[in-house]
Amino acid sequence: MSQHIIELEGLTKQYGTLTAVNNLDLTINKGEIYGLLGPNGAGKSTTIRMMLGLTEPSAGTVKVCGIDSTVNPIEVKRRVGYLPDNVGFYDNRTGLENLLFIARLNRATDAEAHARATELLARVGLADAANKKAGAYSRGMRQRLGLADVLIKKPEVIILDEPTLGIDPSGVREFLHLIVQLSREEGLTVLLSSHHLHQVQQVCDRVGIFVGGQLLANGDIPTLAKQLFTGDAFIIEVGVDFAQPDLAEAQKQQLQQTLEGIAGVSSVQIAGGRFRLGCAADITALIARTIVKAKVDLTYLSKKEYGLDDIYQRYFEGEQVYEQIA
Amino acid sequence: MNRLLKLMRLTKHKEERSLHPFWVLVGKEIADHIRSWRFIILLLLILLTCVGSLYTSISNITKAVAKPDDPDGGFLFLKLFTLSDGSLPPFHVFIGFLGPLLGISLGFDAINSEQNAGTLSRVMAQPIHRDYLLNAKFTGALLVISTLFFALGFLVMGLGLIIIGIPPSAQEFMRIIFFIVLSILYVAFWLNLSILFSVKFQQAATSALTAIAVWLFFTVFYQIIISVVAKAMMPADTGNPYQMMSYQKFIMGLLSIVPSQLYSDATTTLLMPSVRSLGPLTMEQVYGAIPSPLPLRESLIIVWPQLTGLIAATVLCFALSYYTFMRKEIKSR
Repeated sequence: MSQHIIELEGLTKQYGTLTAVNNLDLTINKGEIYGLLGPNGAGKSTTIRMMLGLTEPSAGTVKVCGIDSTVNPIEVKRRVGYLPDNVGFYDNRTGLENLLFIARLNRATDAEAHARATELLARVGLADAANKKAGAYSRGMRQRLGLADVLIKKPEVIILDEPTLGIDPSGVREFLHLIVQLSREEGLTVLLSSHHLHQVQQVCDRVGIFVGGQLLANGDIPTLAKQLFTGDAFIIEVGVDFAQPDLAEAQKQQLQQTLEGIAGVSSVQIAGGRFRLGCAADITALIARTIVKAKVDLTYLSKKEYGLDDIYQRYFEGEQVYEQIA
Repeated sequence: MNRLLKLMRLTKHKEERSLHPFWVLVGKEIADHIRSWRFIILLLLILLTCVGSLYTSISNITKAVAKPDDPDGGFLFLKLFTLSDGSLPPFHVFIGFLGPLLGISLGFDAINSEQNAGTLSRVMAQPIHRDYLLNAKFTGALLVISTLFFALGFLVMGLGLIIIGIPPSAQEFMRIIFFIVLSILYVAFWLNLSILFSVKFQQAATSALTAIAVWLFFTVFYQIIISVVAKAMMPADTGNPYQMMSYQKFIMGLLSIVPSQLYSDATTTLLMPSVRSLGPLTMEQVYGAIPSPLPLRESLIIVWPQLTGLIAATVLCFALSYYTFMRKEIKSR
């Protein structure tokens, strides 16, 4: 048995002329939390639906737990818990009844279903609301009920599609914490799709960036940064003030040469009176010292590290922002 | 082998056996229906009309008994279902009228409400075949309707038995059973039509209105159109009898497209044993015939085309909704 629990190969889905998912290759290992990050309409939900056999791929294969989802969706759905975005419950039934219904659909006996449902409701913190109608649940409670709903079939993999949408920040933190805890304790593989990068950054072992139906980058966050910004992991922005304005131009040239001379600085650019230095390592202190030694007044110094934010920005909102330095 | 093992395990622990997912879905459907307000309201409406028509038939039954030359005279019990003094339609006409409404109300939001509530993708993510859901929707509603109609039929029979004090003959009983089965079939047709619309249309209101529009078209406008067509095509008075016959046949053919016509033809034949034919009869055919009731078998043979027509329409609707649903992409909300 391979360690790859989800394997996608050349997966493609076309709606008429629109290609929702384009030749996607992706493997997810057993026990990891994988974040599928992408803007709305990137094809995340379509990919997930294809994994569950709810949508037929136009080309390529999907294997979950070694089973082809297109050919044998029932077996896949037996092992995979899926929380759709905007999950719905039968509003005129209680939370417990909603869970019992799903448990029975998974062929649990009444006693089993009851025991597991009660346990899970306590686990997600809904023990008090178990006998309240699901229609009266708040957004956060519904998501937690959704998590219990996904876990009731004792899955090997859980797939959560935009699970944190519409929950308040503290609710999100709690919810994500719960996911991590459950995943670690029960050895679950989690696939999480989101357009909210901070949340993904918090919990995921690996992240895939998915735009326009294509996987642009894949890996853990430091690897991603390295992959995307070759060499320049840090950008240091320096603001200086020259004592004699008439000599400013010459001094500027001189300073630029000095800065370029520092070991570790790969590029220097002047933008709006400030120097932007691309560096492979964190050498902020060295730069500051050099500038002071050159008898130039240092007025501003800022270090910028690449987080998921920048990666996100770079891919989703155009590349102009960092073109100057790359 | 695996199955066999499972089976053995199941039989060993009978008390622990879990229900097949299909029946879980059916159970949920039935629970949903009998808890819903719209079903309760329709149930009350049907009960009310049932009691009303029973009342009129019982209050007029003495007059019916008095008629000595009535060929249906021997079937006093069936009169409970058909007799009326004109103030209130008899039972079977009421069912013909309210049945479609019942069928439509049970099916018009079958699939689209699940889709709109976001529960469709949740249920579809469970290890069940996709068609289970659609089949369960149909089976659940059909079970509810069957229970309702059998209960109503037996209620009318029981009340009639208490009030008039004459037990039904075996033939009358069988005729009533067939009538109930036919009514269920008729409602099943409307149920399937509305399920088809619920698969097709995203909004429950659209599918309900479309189903009601179809129903109204067939009960009101189709008749008007037929009469217009009939007038335009009427052969001259001096036309030969064959022309007259083919004209009649054509009009009958047009009418028999309508499910409600099929239903009323079939119920009339079943509940009034003296009805010998639903089409035109020539003098030669009638000549020498004694106006006596037909045995049940003959009545059934007369309504056979109607019966198969209704079944065919039901199956067609179901097949269409099945096909559409299986091809449908399950999206969340």
